[in-house]
Amino acid sequence: MSDIKDAILEYVKEEYLDEDDDGDVTYDTKLISGGIVDSFSMISLKRFLEMKYKIQIPDAKATPEAFDSVNRIVELLKEFDVK
Amino acid sequence: MSFSDKSREIMSRELESIKEAGLFKEERIICAPQNSEIEVVFPLGSEENRVINMCANNYLGLSSHPDVIEAARKGLDHRGYGMSSVRFICGTQDIHKQLEDKLSEFLGTEDTILFPSCMDANCGVFEAVLNEEDVMIADRLVHASIVDGMRLAKAQQDTYKHSNMGHLEKKLQLHQDKRIRMIITDGNFSMDGDLAKLDEIVALAEKYDALVFVDDSHASGFIGKTGKGTHEHCGVMGKIDIITTTLGKALGGASGGCVSGRNEIVEMCRQKARPYLFSNTIAPVIVEGALAVLNMISRNTERRDKLEKNTEFWRKGLKEAGFVIKEGETPIVPVMLFNAKLSQDFAKDLYDMGIYAIGFFFPVVPKGKARIRTQLSAAHEMHHLEKALEAFIKVGKKYDILNKTKQEIIETYGD
Repeated sequence: MSDIKDAILEYVKEEYLDEDDDGDVTYDTKLISGGIVDSFSMISLKRFLEMKYKIQIPDAKATPEAFDSVNRIVELLKEFDVK
Repeated sequence: MSFSDKSREIMSRELESIKEAGLFKEERIICAPQNSEIEVVFPLGSEENRVINMCANNYLGLSSHPDVIEAARKGLDHRGYGMSSVRFICGTQDIHKQLEDKLSEFLGTEDTILFPSCMDANCGVFEAVLNEEDVMIADRLVHASIVDGMRLAKAQQDTYKHSNMGHLEKKLQLHQDKRIRMIITDGNFSMDGDLAKLDEIVALAEKYDALVFVDDSHASGFIGKTGKGTHEHCGVMGKIDIITTTLGKALGGASGGCVSGRNEIVEMCRQKARPYLFSNTIAPVIVEGALAVLNMISRNTERRDKLEKNTEFWRKGLKEAGFVIKEGETPIVPVMLFNAKLSQDFAKDLYDMGIYAIGFFFPVVPKGKARIRTQLSAAHEMHHLEKALEAFIKVGKKYDILNKTKQEIIETYGD
């Protein structure tokens, strides 16, 4: 499980943080409501998860709430038997 | 069914939550033609306040120019008030074709199609040109109308970090399996006032076989040596496949927009773009006004040169006074305050001193990056800018933010 968490965290940092961004991102950091990932660019996170774990996340499940932290994403992945 | 109590309650609740989140937008009523000095009523019911306008997109100061007004009158006299038809039924006049040709000539493109607004152009173009085998790769700070247009299209979406060419290149590599790759960017980013690196974007597009789309709404008419836009500034005239722009900012400020670019792309829009197909195009009055603007700015660069000088004065003045501003060279100059409440209080104090500028904060700009966005105009005279600068300094002293770093301001006010 921690491998999955780390892989997602790593992706989030590389995909969404700029070199001059302050602060660190942890498993609980609010990604969407905290303004790190906007709903427009959330699509690449969804694509990353689908490609890496070979799943299809329906749009109805790919909500800003479900993607709001690494921990929440891990919860969502459990629904697709990614553990 | 009438508007039931239940429906009213649902919407009232939603409006209440917008207010609670501090996102409720209120209109300021202007009781004068658009210009560098205007009379404003705000809040509703208060006295008229004469203010220096530092927040209009009236970059060339042509919104109320006598020559533009005269040309618009000519349009009214010679071609009437409205079209009462969409373009392809009986809504195209000779002057619409003249304006499209003039825009192509000015922007240095192959062809142009008019839209009721640039919002409509951006909402129509992607769906008309791309399909599900294609991918749109957009800068993360593109305008909301582009985001909406991308959502309406069937093509896949992706984004790259703002102006980060390394990240864009990675995305282009990732999407090499797609039929068409389209790189999408603003020319001049409206919240930060920085310019897209179009020379580097074009080089990447050539390397990875991608189309380039630029929304130049905040650039057409004044960016580049002769004001043609960001593509002129970056030395890539003729290399941009799609330019969308507006007639509602520098180019007269009324309304209307266009898609300008490759013949085939423009023709696809004529055949398939829904905002073009299912709404009237711009009225004859606006067409003649816009033609007058384009003729005027093609004759000489006087107005964009004055705007450039005003911009230099304003940027230099703010920096010397000790404000943190977003570096750049465009007439969009954000004064960084970082804290949302501070940006609102600062704007209110300015307004009370006769300076009209707006504070922006999350979600319009990222959290912790609240600011006052100032915009210069060729209609500003030096005395306007001196007075505005004096007011900024006074308010800056009041909040003790002059000669303070970003970190120091955040430590005092929070982010």
